[in-house]
Amino acid sequence: MQRTPLYDRNLKLGARMIDFGGWEMPVRYTTVIDEHRTTREAAGLFDTCHMGEIDVTGPGSYAFLQRVLSRDLAGMTNGRMRLSLLTDHRGGIIDDLTVYRLGDDRYRLVTNAATKDKDLIWLRRVVQEEGFSGVEIADVTDRTGKLDLQGPRSAEILQSLVADSLSELKFYDFIETEIHGLGAVVSRSGYTGEDGFEVYVPAEAVGKVWDKLLDTGTPLGLKPAGLGARDTLRLEAGMMLYGNEINESVTPFEVVYGWTTDLKKDFIGSEALRKQKEQGIRRKLTGFELTGRGIARHGYAVLKNGRVIGEVTSGTFSPTLQKAIGMAFVLVEYSEPGTQVDIRIRDNRAEARVVPLPFYKRKIV
Amino acid sequence: MAKQNPADRRYSREHEWAKDNGDGTITMGITDYAQEMLTDIVYVELPALGKKVKQGETIAVVESVKSVSDVYSPVSGEVIAVNGVLENKPELINQDAFGEGWIAKVRMDDPGELNNLLDATAYTSFLQDIGH
Repeated sequence: MQRTPLYDRNLKLGARMIDFGGWEMPVRYTTVIDEHRTTREAAGLFDTCHMGEIDVTGPGSYAFLQRVLSRDLAGMTNGRMRLSLLTDHRGGIIDDLTVYRLGDDRYRLVTNAATKDKDLIWLRRVVQEEGFSGVEIADVTDRTGKLDLQGPRSAEILQSLVADSLSELKFYDFIETEIHGLGAVVSRSGYTGEDGFEVYVPAEAVGKVWDKLLDTGTPLGLKPAGLGARDTLRLEAGMMLYGNEINESVTPFEVVYGWTTDLKKDFIGSEALRKQKEQGIRRKLTGFELTGRGIARHGYAVLKNGRVIGEVTSGTFSPTLQKAIGMAFVLVEYSEPGTQVDIRIRDNRAEARVVPLPFYKRKIV
Repeated sequence: MAKQNPADRRYSREHEWAKDNGDGTITMGITDYAQEMLTDIVYVELPALGKKVKQGETIAVVESVKSVSDVYSPVSGEVIAVNGVLENKPELINQDAFGEGWIAKVRMDDPGELNNLLDATAYTSFLQDIGH
């Protein structure tokens, strides 16, 4: 199993470790609920070194990325990032990732941990099969340390460490700056539904930055937070998780990714997706909340009048809303908010109601 | 750190406790070690009154934010009482696993089955063996 450069620090902080996509990662340091609340109310610091970073550079990089990514990169300026999908010829989702435009011919893809190797193979195959030239693809995961600092006090905590002002940084903007004399990329983004930052530094420096952030942030309420809280936070914020909501048999229109799919351009999968858009979809990802007792979990059946009409993709007890929530694929005719369904929990059927996503939106003050 | 395991009851290797009430019934729950491993218990599925269980069979389900765990009956018998308070306050198990966080009372088919369980000393050293 792979370990992040923060492995020893995580153990020292008392983390319980789990296998996540082949990485030994902290699931919690205190409790999931504690870390979840801390992130909503103050700030949480997440070890996200396991995520993949793939740099795509060279004069052919723009044309290549336009071909492999579902999102139109036209008009994107340096210092901006976008959420996009890698899709296959059938429109199935190979990965959901963010694209950073570092320079005119310099892009960084930030991928899920478990999908990075697969993405690399795919990207290289497309270069070869379609004869792209002037494209360099480099896996920089091992030499890149990544931290997510999330929560309403994140800006205050991070500002004391970085050379440039963060106040001008808008959502999905990033800057190349310095943290303690080391080159860093800082974007205003994240996976929790809160204000926050994703911070990239050289792998050998990430431990020091982690320590500094905890030193500075602890008096302001910052705590390290694990994958457990990351999962409940993203679910409340209506964000999907690769492997739960999405995989290669899922297309963007079936989930909440239609907005990342620009059918006006031609990319791998666009033809199949145009056809799907015309013909309509059969199943759709929806949010639900349980009105009956219990907690719905990944894989549980969704029923209507005793007939299976779908399956839960993610489900948990929401620490913010204090009720059981989740996402499920259901036949499209049952996907309207307000629809009553049942969820099979062991031998019981619990009543649930389809609700719009997200479950939680932060207050913008 | 986990609380001490009280000497007045027996323990399973799956981290349930059973306290002999002296009238052919036991009160059962999960140990403090178990609640510490689970953390954040947010839901408990209690058995129906009158349910017949065998030693080692699922009697209840305890869920934390992240996990779903079966709770096994430490003895064979019939469920004669459940701790209904847990329906609204599942966190009682986190707060007081050996006391107010009890799960059910079972009328034993065979009190001799209690001998299959560990006493407090043996359970404590069992926990040390598995690394806690």
